[in-house]
Amino acid sequence: MLITARDVRKRYSSSDGDVTVLNGVSLDLDHGETLALTGESGSGKSTLLHLLAALDAPDAGEITLQDTKLSDLSDTGRAEQRRQTVGLVFQQFNLIPALDVYANLTFQARLADKLQSEWVTELTDRLGLTDLLHRYPEQLSGGQQQRVAIGRAMASKPPVLMADEPTGNLDEATAETVINLLLELIEETGAGLLMVTHSTKLASRLSRRVHLSNGKLA
Amino acid sequence: MRLIALTAILAHWRRKPGQLVTLLLGLALATALWSAVQAINAEARASYDRASGTLGGSGFETITDPAGPIPIDTFIALRRAGWLVSPVLEGRILVGDTRVLITGLELLTAPPGAFPVSPIGGEDFNALDLITPPGLGFASPQTVARLAGSREIPRLRNNALIPDGQIITDIGTAERLLDREGEITRLTLLPDQPRRIPPLSEIAPQLRVNAAEESGDVGRLTDSFHLNLTAFGLLSFVVGLFIVHGAIGLAFEQRRSTFRTLRALGLPVRDLMLMLLAELLIIALFAGAAGILIGYLIAGALLPDVASTLRGLYGARVPGTLSFDPVWALYGLAIAVVGALFAAGQGLWQIRTMPLLASAQSRAWATASSTSLRLQSLSAIVLIVLGLLMPVLLEGLIAGFAMLAGMLIGSALLLPVLLSAVLSVGAKFASGIQSQWFWADTRQQLPGLSLALMALLLALAANIGVSTMVGSFRLTFTGWLDQRLASELYVSVGDAAESERFQAWIEGKADAVLPTITVEAQIEGAPGEIDGVIDQETYRASWPLLTAQQNVWDRVAAGETALINEQLSRREDLQPGDTVNVGADWQLEVGGVYSDYGNPRGQAIVSLALLEQRFPDEPRLNFAIRSDNAAALASAMRDDFGLDPANIIDQASIKEFSLNVFERTFTITGALNVLTLSVAGFAILTALLTLASLRLPQLAPAWALGITRQRLSRLELLRSVALAALTFVLAVPVGLALAWALLAIVNVEAFGWQLPMHIFPMQWLWLFVLAVVAAALAAFIPARRLAATAPADFLKVFSNER
Amino acid sequence: MNARAWVLGIATAIATVATVLAQGFAGLGTDAEGFAIPERGKALTFPQDHGSHPAYRIEWWYLTSNLTGDDGREYGIQWTLFRSALAPQSGEGWSSPQLWMAHAGLTTPDGHFHAERLARGGVGQAGVSAEPFEAFIDDWSLQSLNMGGDAYDGLQVSATGTDFSYQLRLEASGPLVFQGDKGYSVKSAAGQASYYYSQPFFEVAGTLKLPDRDVNVTGNGWLDREWSSQPLSETQTGWDWVSLHLDGGQKLMGFRLRDRTTAPFTSATWIEADGTATPFTDGALTLTPLEETRVEGRDVPTSWQVQLPEKSVDVRIDAVNPMSWMSVSVPYWEGPVRIEGSHTGRGYLEMTGYGPED
Repeated sequence: MLITARDVRKRYSSSDGDVTVLNGVSLDLDHGETLALTGESGSGKSTLLHLLAALDAPDAGEITLQDTKLSDLSDTGRAEQRRQTVGLVFQQFNLIPALDVYANLTFQARLADKLQSEWVTELTDRLGLTDLLHRYPEQLSGGQQQRVAIGRAMASKPPVLMADEPTGNLDEATAETVINLLLELIEETGAGLLMVTHSTKLASRLSRRVHLSNGKLA
Repeated sequence: MRLIALTAILAHWRRKPGQLVTLLLGLALATALWSAVQAINAEARASYDRASGTLGGSGFETITDPAGPIPIDTFIALRRAGWLVSPVLEGRILVGDTRVLITGLELLTAPPGAFPVSPIGGEDFNALDLITPPGLGFASPQTVARLAGSREIPRLRNNALIPDGQIITDIGTAERLLDREGEITRLTLLPDQPRRIPPLSEIAPQLRVNAAEESGDVGRLTDSFHLNLTAFGLLSFVVGLFIVHGAIGLAFEQRRSTFRTLRALGLPVRDLMLMLLAELLIIALFAGAAGILIGYLIAGALLPDVASTLRGLYGARVPGTLSFDPVWALYGLAIAVVGALFAAGQGLWQIRTMPLLASAQSRAWATASSTSLRLQSLSAIVLIVLGLLMPVLLEGLIAGFAMLAGMLIGSALLLPVLLSAVLSVGAKFASGIQSQWFWADTRQQLPGLSLALMALLLALAANIGVSTMVGSFRLTFTGWLDQRLASELYVSVGDAAESERFQAWIEGKADAVLPTITVEAQIEGAPGEIDGVIDQETYRASWPLLTAQQNVWDRVAAGETALINEQLSRREDLQPGDTVNVGADWQLEVGGVYSDYGNPRGQAIVSLALLEQRFPDEPRLNFAIRSDNAAALASAMRDDFGLDPANIIDQASIKEFSLNVFERTFTITGALNVLTLSVAGFAILTALLTLASLRLPQLAPAWALGITRQRLSRLELLRSVALAALTFVLAVPVGLALAWALLAIVNVEAFGWQLPMHIFPMQWLWLFVLAVVAAALAAFIPARRLAATAPADFLKVFSNER
Repeated sequence: MNARAWVLGIATAIATVATVLAQGFAGLGTDAEGFAIPERGKALTFPQDHGSHPAYRIEWWYLTSNLTGDDGREYGIQWTLFRSALAPQSGEGWSSPQLWMAHAGLTTPDGHFHAERLARGGVGQAGVSAEPFEAFIDDWSLQSLNMGGDAYDGLQVSATGTDFSYQLRLEASGPLVFQGDKGYSVKSAAGQASYYYSQPFFEVAGTLKLPDRDVNVTGNGWLDREWSSQPLSETQTGWDWVSLHLDGGQKLMGFRLRDRTTAPFTSATWIEADGTATPFTDGALTLTPLEETRVEGRDVPTSWQVQLPEKSVDVRIDAVNPMSWMSVSVPYWEGPVRIEGSHTGRGYLEMTGYGPED
């Protein structure tokens, strides 16, 4: 099993008192499986994704990522886990503005020491970024930026890719292209995919779909 | 509505007390340093006005007779022709072991304020005491104390504004003290003369009108010192404004959404501006008041050193205590308000022009466009070139300081451009992605940090420049003292009779006895002195000549040439081979020029025989004595010969005294240096704090992709240190250029001498460490905060609902 | 005449060295230790008494003149030399205790010029010689034309300031007039007195140099000579003094010494056209302020009612220029006046002791 989550709980404190976001969520994701995570705005989809990606720690419950219990890890260990295991794609792209396209694209692979030049060449070619390698993020369109983000996530061929509303900031046509590319690459590399989306159309293209409501999966 | 709006605006400060403190502290510091310098300057200037402008009647044109004293009849003839002139009789006498300058003024005709009236002195005397024997004199408390009990002098009253060693008294008393009845040394020419008075040539053609004493003019001499202080004050103020700019910018930035909401709810933009202005005004007034208080304390702490510096270097008297001037305080407040407005101008303008529906998101600091960078470098280069041209275009001290200003501001403007270039080279050669990111990210932070870094550059350059100058000064001066004070003992005797006895007594007891005579003279029309020396190996071996003709000592001994000091040489543009006027009808060829630091007056050295021929009545009262056993000889002089111990000075104590004066001379500059550097460090801190919150979106992806917070935080610290180090490297040449300008241009204009430049790399190392530590300290708080940032805060960056 | 410089004289050289000298003069009002004191009945002798009297503490030569220019405008000039002794000796050189002060004033209907000079005695910068008569300080002088007869029968006077100067010739058309009891003039009820005589009959002609023009003038002049050692009583605060040239040829001198504790002390001398003088003691003359002018922060009466019932005099005098302020070491008001009422004519008014708080 690629990811297992058992009875995961998460609360945030706010000025109105504590808010329970996740109230005992359990989930499995197998290698090569693609899972859509849907739910209302504020239902905790992103929070769940952040916990599964080792970006944050749950208050209770256990998450195992590639046979590693995240609760056993230190800050450094979790960073290592993110570097090695997870590819991340965000709605806002979140490229590093100081670096050019090539540096952004290879950023994680080089951090993880898993840079394969042929793969990067192929990746840039397939993402249509070959001519843009020395541009800076601010010089790119939204679709281009998201393609760079996908490239960044896939450059190290991570076992799992987690995407949070990857098309949320894109127009429909661009979104279509980007999703096609993403799914194509997932299939090719055999990575697992966890995608947070509110689009049923998009969710239907994945192998499985879970719905988050009132802090629980339905 | 307005009240609610104001509450909403002001609520920000309750949530961010640290920001408020930064803002207040920045503005207060800026105001404090500026006001402190102003207070010191004002205090000093006020005492010059009291002392030099009027007391003793200097600062007015004078009339002299090149041939000697003016008889009273000539004075009367001038008065009866309508000329408003006042007689002055001046000369030196020896009272006990102390040489005292007696200045006799005529109290009814002297210019207003010239005669020291009683406020500081005692009250137990009357007008009759002043003008009838034995008379009454005024002198500094030190002089009064030193002369206490002497029977030769009249009763003395304290007057703290009179230089040490001078007694100001009525001309009648001066006549008796100097034993020069009926003589007048010079006539003071009052500024407002009646219309239609006959020309001087018709009444007394032998007399000359001289310009108001310039070379000895305390105001002009000390101008450089005050300009120095003012420059430092301004520098500190500007550096402080960087802080304020940062803090206000941040406060505006963070409240953009509040402003937008308020405006959307119907608050007119004009009201919003007025509220922000009112907020700014309140903050400025509070900070200004605190700044004035701190400034007053700083000024009070520095003033004694300033006073001793001015006394040691220029002979100017400034009381060591500070008086509080409400006008100064108001001025300080005004400066605080103006500074705050200036610093907030950009922010206010942006809010004014902000479209109602603009994104409420904080804008990250925009990367400076290459066009604006190019423009900045161009103006920087223009400024530097203009600065370098200044000494050619302008005259005097102003040229020197205009040059400094051009160079400093130009270099500061050039700094971001150069740093940007260095950082992009660094990024190009970086191997790992982390270091590549580090360089690139650092470069991206430049626009936000450049103001603070410019401040650091200015502080560092000023520090390097001034410490190089001080160091060069000290080194040169020490070497010069060794040359100038080559003899082991310096002895003065009371009168001609004692002089004869002493010369007979010392015969055979010392390795060499070098008698000198000093005569007051008008050199090139300005008061100066001529020293007569004998031909002796000591002079040949060690006298600090800067330039000289061949066999100059032979020619001096033969009475053919005179040596002149550097000040005179520069002031009158006299070189070896030229002719110098050393008195009425007395011209000599200039044989050489020697350095004479610390002496504001012109001086000439001629052979003793020649001087004695000119002034046959002048006794040999001073002797330099060479001896291997100075201590024993000194005690023999005391015990066997009976010379007053106060008349024997050994080389070591003169050196110690002189060096002391120069040590203290730059204490203030040193203190201001440290203060400026601290302010620059503080500027970096506030800039980093400002950037910190804006940087989260830039750091979050790197963190998400697997760089730990600890690592990010260490990189932040490293970034600050690296920038400080790079800035330091660029500050070194700027500082050296500054030192050169100070030594070769400002010094010459201010003091009349040039100093060779020495370089002190160890001081740089120390300063480098200081700069790096300051930068590290400044980065420490934001870095530690970054290390402790909750993942949730990073995650907000990725939150879709932002 | 004028009590004017009783107080003024006290402050003589206070000038530049105010504090110090003021101490020298302190207590002068009552203490005349060492100085000669005027005695009633002592006859004045000339030409000696035209000269200076170093044994007395205070002395002056005080000339005022009402003039008319060839431009038809009214002018007035003042020329005064004060002597003040710190000790009752003369002497040579700087240590002489005799000090000198002089004031020159020139008044036009719309302008007032003045200058001040100070000098030490003993060196020749200022002094007075009786034979031939000359009183001088710097380039200012009042000297005899040596026309034979009394030295004061013919005089010439000159003074220069930064922005004005004048040179006038004075010829007397009448005799010297002795004030009080043959020149012994009582100055307070307590008996302080001075020697005081005048020459009020000068016909004057000469030239005034103003910043923008020269004016030839003619008119009347009045010279006062006075010396003493005991000036005002301690409670006297100032005085108002007039010298009036009446169109019938008569002259009137009158003064009023203001006192902190009692009514003002007045004194007057009526002089017929032939020089016959009638002295009036305290109370005969009344001087009543009519209008005040604000000058240099002080309210100074520049119009007066002058009444001497015994001579049927009831006139109003008005300043030609109410701003005739002498802004010298010890400032005071002095300027020409016009006379209307029972008599007409011209004269001079002097007022001292009007402080800024008055």
